[in-house]
Amino acid sequence: MTIPVFYYLILSAVVFLTGLVGVLIRRNIIIILLSVELMLNATNINFVAFSQYFHNVAGQVFVFFALTIAAAEVAVGLAIIIALHRAKSSINVDEFQLLKW
Amino acid sequence: MTSYGADLLVILPELIVVGAACLLLVLEPLTPPSRKELLAWLSLGALALCIGLTGGQISVLNLRVSAFSDLVVVDGYARFWKLLLYGVTGLTILMSLPYLKAERLQLGEYYGFILLALSGMMVMVSGADLLTIYLGTELMSLSLYVMAGLKRSSPRSLEASAKYFVLGAFSSGLLLYGISLLYGVAGGTKLGAVAAAIGSRGFDDPLLLIATILLAAGFGFKLAVVPFHMWTPDVYQGAPTSVTAFMAVASKAASFAAFLRVFVEGLGGLKADWSNLFLLLCLVTLILGNLVAIVQTNIKRMLAYSSIAHAGYALIGLVAAGRGMGESGGASGLASVMLYLALYAFMTLGAFAVIGMFRKGGLEGEDIEDFAGLAKRQPLAAFLMLVFMVSLAGIPPTAGFIGKFYVFMAAVEAGLAWLAVVALIFAAISAYYYMRVVMVMYMREPDPSAGEVPQLVASPALTVVLACAVAGVILFGLFPNPLVSLALQSVLPLK
Repeated sequence: MTIPVFYYLILSAVVFLTGLVGVLIRRNIIIILLSVELMLNATNINFVAFSQYFHNVAGQVFVFFALTIAAAEVAVGLAIIIALHRAKSSINVDEFQLLKW
Repeated sequence: MTSYGADLLVILPELIVVGAACLLLVLEPLTPPSRKELLAWLSLGALALCIGLTGGQISVLNLRVSAFSDLVVVDGYARFWKLLLYGVTGLTILMSLPYLKAERLQLGEYYGFILLALSGMMVMVSGADLLTIYLGTELMSLSLYVMAGLKRSSPRSLEASAKYFVLGAFSSGLLLYGISLLYGVAGGTKLGAVAAAIGSRGFDDPLLLIATILLAAGFGFKLAVVPFHMWTPDVYQGAPTSVTAFMAVASKAASFAAFLRVFVEGLGGLKADWSNLFLLLCLVTLILGNLVAIVQTNIKRMLAYSSIAHAGYALIGLVAAGRGMGESGGASGLASVMLYLALYAFMTLGAFAVIGMFRKGGLEGEDIEDFAGLAKRQPLAAFLMLVFMVSLAGIPPTAGFIGKFYVFMAAVEAGLAWLAVVALIFAAISAYYYMRVVMVMYMREPDPSAGEVPQLVASPALTVVLACAVAGVILFGLFPNPLVSLALQSVLPLK
């Protein structure tokens, strides 16, 4: 028995929306970074599900690239957060107000 | 594997830029702090090589070469943008030489990051597959996040970097989700496959509708179009000025290039639908960008809102192309976008070059009030700023006027005369905040209690940048034909 592709789409939409809402409402920059990761991983579910559905490996190849980029993004992001923490001793985005948000 | 070698030959300019960037990062720790400028000259050398390679193909401008089974394509459109990006990058590097010295930021990796960002942009403009376009976008963005925060001693710079990173990562999440849904609709990520699959479908397919909106939102962040513009003023203000110039010009141009290619080559079948969506974005961008710019007192922030407004003007060309009426079938609309961004590059780079080296003590004079009485102290500097402001406002005989003229003509040709009128009204409003800078320079005396008055610190590299920028603004304002015909020749075919 195969699981219809539609189910995967619902799962990925739920994960994506969780991430999206997390970015918009959470104030801790690390949690925001984790929420972005949720958004990126939701796309990976889509790619793999569609890849299976079409019997076409292009989607799975895309996942490898997306994973690598996500890792690079986290590396750069954490470096920025560390530099910011050293300067301000805070990782709460509400306290970053030197520039009017 | 001869074909593999041929593929590598197609992406030779990208390989040179990436190679030079890696070489710079290796040489950086080996170079004594006083000799970091050598690294800048090395990167300029790599750029010169690329200009030679791509410029040498200008006689076969529209020869379409694809490589790596259609992942990358080099056509007239890609060559046009690449030449523009080389020029902009070269001027940015020259501008950075005196700026970094004045800010005591002599970091060799700065030039490495500029080249990495450039290689990302080059991949974006030549990507023929959503995968390569995404990879290029990320390479560009990751380098720019770091560059925005390079001034580590300044909390403002770090804050700008963090904001840029959070919103940039968020937008690439949206973009990637859009791409994944498009893959689900089309069964492939090549732009050609996408175009073939959606040929018959319209927006009644919900998956396609959501995918298009997410792609538009993802690119909207990179283009700084309202309502995805919130990061722009903060990041432009906080980042080092040479980086701001690079972001405002190069990253906007490359994002527009990739955006146009995705929507024209990939989603061209939906043009009737997306042109309405972009019409809406274009209107709110023009309104908000121009009106909020009026109340700004920091000149970098004002130019950030002005860059938002300019993205709105450029979008008019895309809306006109989507309507695809008139004899040229929308080609003139696309060409007007390309022309607009090329001309916008000169004036914006010039304005930021002046701002970066306009210094008071060890600091930048970035308040508009700092420019008071500049015409008496440094008439030439004030005149250059006048030229850039007049051009940004779109007053003849400058390049800014030519850019706006062709965009508005494309709108009229597409039966959107009312849009051209609205944009013209906002261009008139924008003249108010650009001319305010001129008024402050020419008609106001500096506040005597302020102490040290800011001065434009001249240097040979800055002179070259300003000369190129002002020559571009005035020459293309008087003789736009070569650039116009180049844009018309290299435009994408709209189906």
